[in-house]
Formats: sequence, C-alpha cells, structure tokens
Amino acid sequence: MELLRFTTAGSVDDGKSTLIGRLLYDSKSIFEDQVQQIEQTSKKKGLEHVDLSLFTDGLKDEREQGITIDVAYRYFATPKRKFIIADTPGHVQYTRNMVTGASTANLALILVDARNGVIEQTKRHTFIASLLQIPHIFVCINKMDLVDYSQEAYDKVVKEYTDFAAKLNVKDVRFVPMSALHGDNVVSRGDNMSWYEGGTLLHNLETVHISSDHNLRDCRFPVQTVIRPHSDEYHDFRGYAGRVAGGIFKKGDSVVALPSGLESKIAAIHTMTGELEEAFPPQSVTITLEDDIDISRGDVLVRSENRPEGQQDLDVMLCWLNTNPPRPRAKYVIKHTTAEARAMITDIQYKMDINTLHRMEEDKAIKMNDIARVKIRSTKPLFVDDYNVNRVTGSIILVDEATNETVAAGMIR
Amino acid sequence: MSNYSLTHLEELEAEAIYVIREVYAQFDNPAILFSGGKDSIVVTHLARKAFWPAKIPFPLVHIDTGHNFPETMEFRDNLIKEMGANLVVGSVQQSIDEGAVVEETGMNASRNALQTTTLLDTIEFNNFDACMGGARRDEEKARAKERFFSHRDDFGQWDPKNQRPELWNLFNGKKRMGEHFRVFPISNWTEMDVWQYILKENIAIPELYFAKERNVIWRNGSWLPVSEFITLKDTDEPQMKMVRFRTLGDITITGGQESDADTLEKIIQEVASSRQTERGNREDDKRSESAMEDRKRQGYF
Repeated sequence: MELLRFTTAGSVDDGKSTLIGRLLYDSKSIFEDQVQQIEQTSKKKGLEHVDLSLFTDGLKDEREQGITIDVAYRYFATPKRKFIIADTPGHVQYTRNMVTGASTANLALILVDARNGVIEQTKRHTFIASLLQIPHIFVCINKMDLVDYSQEAYDKVVKEYTDFAAKLNVKDVRFVPMSALHGDNVVSRGDNMSWYEGGTLLHNLETVHISSDHNLRDCRFPVQTVIRPHSDEYHDFRGYAGRVAGGIFKKGDSVVALPSGLESKIAAIHTMTGELEEAFPPQSVTITLEDDIDISRGDVLVRSENRPEGQQDLDVMLCWLNTNPPRPRAKYVIKHTTAEARAMITDIQYKMDINTLHRMEEDKAIKMNDIARVKIRSTKPLFVDDYNVNRVTGSIILVDEATNETVAAGMIR
Repeated sequence: MSNYSLTHLEELEAEAIYVIREVYAQFDNPAILFSGGKDSIVVTHLARKAFWPAKIPFPLVHIDTGHNFPETMEFRDNLIKEMGANLVVGSVQQSIDEGAVVEETGMNASRNALQTTTLLDTIEFNNFDACMGGARRDEEKARAKERFFSHRDDFGQWDPKNQRPELWNLFNGKKRMGEHFRVFPISNWTEMDVWQYILKENIAIPELYFAKERNVIWRNGSWLPVSEFITLKDTDEPQMKMVRFRTLGDITITGGQESDADTLEKIIQEVASSRQTERGNREDDKRSESAMEDRKRQGYF
C-alpha cells in the first residue's frame, strides 16, 4: 500500500485538532491507554466531554494553554493506505511551521468553519498550499451541526472558496461537509447530510491518486556521497549514492555530470539487495558509471538532452522563517539538493499580501512569515528547475552563518 | 508501462537511507546509538544498506546501564562480530563510581534517567557531532514534534521552541563547536512499520520480543521480569508466564505482556489488534505526564 502525507491547517477555533482526533478515533488508530490519558486530562480540566484535541497537543505548554505551537506528526493506517499527518498551527506567527509541514505533503486539508466561511486564515493557508505546490487540496467545511446541516450554507462556502482559489495555481480541490465533533462525514457518513453525494473524508484520503505526483520526465540525480569500499571484493567500486529527484534512470543510460559536463554511461544501479534495471523518485540507490570521472557531493547526474542550466541569479518566491529580518547585503549559505554555496538577496521585487493576493511593491521590509519575490545571487551556479516542475530541484533554503538557523525557504520561478 | 510507485515500506526505507547518508556527508564524527532494541537494530540495518558495499563508516554506541537484559548484551556482541563493526560503550556504572550520577534507591529505582549523563559524557569524550537513534515520532507525545535533525546545545539539551524548520529534504546540520545533533532516520515509521520491515527483510532481533515462559511479577499493570536488579515486596509472587516484551528498556522498567506470539507473523498480528500503545508498559514514561519531554530537555535520547 502507498504512503500519503497530508497537512492539516486551521485556526484553534475551527476544530482542526478535534478533526484529527476524530479521524484517528473512528479509524481505531488511537490506543486505549491514550484514550484513558485524554479522559483523565479532560476530567482534570473540568470538561464535560472527552476533548479529542488533547490527543494532538503534545507539549506541556500547549496542554496548559490549549493551543498547538509546533508541527506534530501523527500516523495512522487503514487497510488501504498509510498516512502521515503534519498537523500545523493556525496562527499567522507559525507560518513557518505550516510551510515546513507542507513542503513534503501530497495533500492539504483546509478546515473552514461553516458559519464563518472563507476568512483571512483560509486564504493564507490556501495560498501557502498553492505556493508549496501541494497537488491536492481537500476543503473540510466543518461544524455543519451549527448551521443545521444546511446544504445552502455549504454551497455558499464552496462558491466563496472556489472564487478565491481561481486566482491560484491549485490543481485538485475537493469539498467535504462535516462535523468533526459529531463524526458526520469524517470516517462514517452519518444521517444528517443525505444531500451530500461525495465520499467521506477518509474515503477521499484513501482513494486520491498520488502516484503521478513525482516528476518522471526530467532525470535528476543529486550525488549525496561517494561510496568506495576499498575492500578485496569491491576493490575498484566507486558508487555515487543519492536519491533520485526526478525522471527515470536506466542501466546503460548516457548521463552527464554537472557542473563538470563530463559524460559517461550508467554501468549499474545498486542496492544492497540487488541491482535495479531502473530507478525513479524517491528511491535511494547507488549508481556506478562505466568511466572513471571525477564526481563528488553536490554534483548532479542528468541526461545529455535534458540539462538544467546552472544559474547564479535566481528568481525566487521566498518565505522568511526567522524572527530577525534579512539584513541588507547579508551573506547566507544557500542549500540546493546536495549542493551548497553562499548567496545574497540582491533585490526585493514585491511582498505578497496573502489575504488579497496583491503584490505590494512599496513595502519591501521583509519580516518573519512574509512571502516575497526576490532575486538571489549565488557564488556558484546551481542547477535548478522551476518549483512547479520539480519540488526537489526547485527548492532552496537559506542559512544564517552567524546563528546557523534556517532563515528562509525559497521556491524557484 | 510500469507503475512508478513505491509501497510505504519502500518509501520509508528510501527516506531513512537518504537521511543516514546526509549525516555521513554533513558531520565529521557521527555514530549510531545502539540499544539492542528493534528500532536501533533497524537503523543499523538501514545504515548497512546506505553504505553498501562498503562497511558502515562509523561506530555503534551503547550506553550500558548495567541493568540490561542479558539477552540484549549477547545479541549486541554477536551483531558487532558479524558486521565487523566498531562498538563504543558508555558505562553508567562508571558514572556512578565516578560520582557523576547518584543511583536511585527505593522500590521503583531505575537507572534510566542516569543514562542521560553517561550519554552526554560519552558523546563529549568521543567528540561525536551527530548521534543517530531509532526514535520514532509515533512513540510518545514529546517525540511527535521532533525533527529528523534535532539540534542539541552544548549542554546536550533539547529546546522544543528552537527546533529548525525542516523543509523538503534539505537538512541543516550546521552547528557551533561543542554542539551536536541527534538524528532520527526512522522518525516517520510506526511500530507496525518496523515489524513489517523486520519481517520483510528477515532481520534478526533478540528473542525477548518473542513469547516464552519467563519468571515475572505483576507490577503497575504489567509483568516485570524477576532479576537481581529489582526489589521484591513481600506481596510479590514470582511466577512463570508466557510473556513477551513489546519494547526493550532496562530489565528494571520493562514490563511484558502475556502472549503466545512466538513468531514474527504472530507478533505482527498481535500488534495490529493491540489496544495499548507500544510504550504503554514503560515505567519510565509513566513517572509523570511529561516524563519524556522533561528528560529530552535534559539531553536524553
């Protein structure tokens, strides 16, 4: 069975944690001792009902304040699929956490309160899902019990959301009306919304088609490390270990190593359990070549007829993750797949107002959680692809050399 | 045209191998924290795959509390020999003898918390700048928030508020002198994933995981093995029971469950229908609601 990673985003009051708790509880993925623990804590807090959101609030501070302050990873499986939930906070000051969780997600769950419809936060989360190129978005229109399970209320939200999302680059958007508190349409249908003809949330999660989400066209193999056993049995073995970032590599393929431009053919694709005829993303393999050419970490193997250009001037959509704003002319370390260089932000073209999706060309002061279009100059050429073509080779991070913190995430345009 | 998709185990394996290779590439002196439990055994197996056909280019580190199951020690020694690996042992007994830590006393005494000091001392003494462990995010509340690359300050401490954002698969292992990282390649694996992988790859594990007649007493909701390291109350009644252990901590704190699962397939079936979490019988986790978090803040695994 396959693995599906999805994010959940929504404000504290939207019932997101209750939704996750319900998903896990109804699919029998919460264990007895965990339920007992939540029941005890709910009692201690003086609550009348079992607060399923307590299941997902893991840290002391959170449990005391009753909000989520970090990305929490939850795991569950049904007979159809294994799921990883990246549960992220709803507050704007935790955009960086949402971006983190979203970066490897196949799908985003966006929670909307049926009474309030599309609010600033909905737009922000949707924009981020679109920016991070999450291929599938499920909009959960929650708290339908508080609007009498009205189809009208649901339709209104669907229209509001569709109008907003039309401006964005989102591929697959679906809507599910639900009540996480009472369980309608999360795992089981319930009786309250017979007008709804789509599947439950879980059914959609189990069946959404994800195997075409990787880039299988453009061959990209960033080298992580070189493996040289120097043993008797493998005396001359020189293997390039890494994870296929794009395309399909086959034994016998002609490849080019960048940046050197040296060419060779794939002699074999190795794993400990045997050789493979072909390798595709996200497999981790070791490639040996017919010729002894000099390749090291940071280099990338590609096909001759499909070479990315090495670029030093990058056009990037940047999300600033750090409390300290970027300093003018500051030099950062830029990481792109396994390559590293130093870089500077040379120009800030505009910031995004992610509520209106307007470009703000006058306000160029980047702060934490801002998303801006910038130009970055790197000390050496990086072999990037557009982010909407390949999420692995189209992404970068900036690291502050003074503090070692990851200060920004960038997507190549 | 073939279907270019991976099963969940294949995808998790590829991710873990990627992380292990990143550690080797980014750090000068990495190590694998090896407890002899199934998770660290799986991490070791993944490391073998990551560097094959070369040997694992760094040592296994065992923090020996002196309270291990004898079977775990035997298993460890056999594995080291078979792999031709380097083993570094940090001894809690030595830390006690040197006065670095004080042994707990009383009915519920355990050396679990003392490990942290020995671990940090071992890391410092050997200059390890990255330690890989088999911790998983599904194990416990405080681990749900962990990153793959978990930064520890120069006191070895973990501050949840300071964890770096981890985007895509770009891991930032940069640090100051004296700081180190803990890395968890199987962060996204669940207990079930680990068992299914062990079955699929035919990985050898200590026989403690399999049901066998063992001499135990009933304490705090599970069957604690009778050993020279625990204090028996007058009311304790040692008896022989078909028991297996779902998780292996020290012999003093690991409770077993009654079971007849004496093969991997049976264990998997039992885990699948289990109503209790894996660490539910860990006395160390039960000490308080935030037991794991508090220990991590101090530098625990």
